[in-house]
Amino acid sequence: MTLQNEPINRQDIKPKYCRFKKNGIKYIDYKDPDFLMKFVNEQGKILPRRLTGTSIKFQKKVAQAIKRARHMAILPYTGDSLK
Amino acid sequence: MNNYETVFILTPVLSEDQVKDAVKGYTKVLTDNGAKIVNEENWGLKKLAYQIGHKSTGFYCLIEFEAEGTAIAKLETEYKRDERIMRFMTISLDKHAVAYNEKRRKGAFKKTKKTEEVPA
Repeated sequence: MTLQNEPINRQDIKPKYCRFKKNGIKYIDYKDPDFLMKFVNEQGKILPRRLTGTSIKFQKKVAQAIKRARHMAILPYTGDSLK
Repeated sequence: MNNYETVFILTPVLSEDQVKDAVKGYTKVLTDNGAKIVNEENWGLKKLAYQIGHKSTGFYCLIEFEAEGTAIAKLETEYKRDERIMRFMTISLDKHAVAYNEKRRKGAFKKTKKTEEVPA
């Protein structure tokens, strides 16, 4: 049985905004797993911008922070049911 | 003088005082190379997200310091030479990172996740 992503119905998705610009967060700390968990799906993969809505500048910072956290074993490379 | 932050993980088989003198050893290596230690943290024994060297826990230690660029190479050779270190990472900090660490030390993030965090 191939892995099926549950279908996303496009209607009820509210307009996305970059939470870093909106809240004025300037630095994403790689040592804070709970915050980084918001940008990682259940398997531990980094969520794409089209889902999280972050701007490209901060998506790169998030990706770098997650990769650093993975290197320091704060986040798993692949996990199941992380949430 | 740039700002750096180094985090390293020590094997869990060490006793408490061995961890302390390991940290002292690295702070000494840094100060010998003309670094100014800004902050030191010891997160103690923490569970690793995945096994490193067949071990699933480790002592996390963090040192934030200001140093010349040349001091980093010496620090990293010390890390490579020491077999108690399972993993290490040194990163340079920009002004936002330094401001963030300042706030973090003042406990701005102790209770609430991130003060300016809005539940999206």
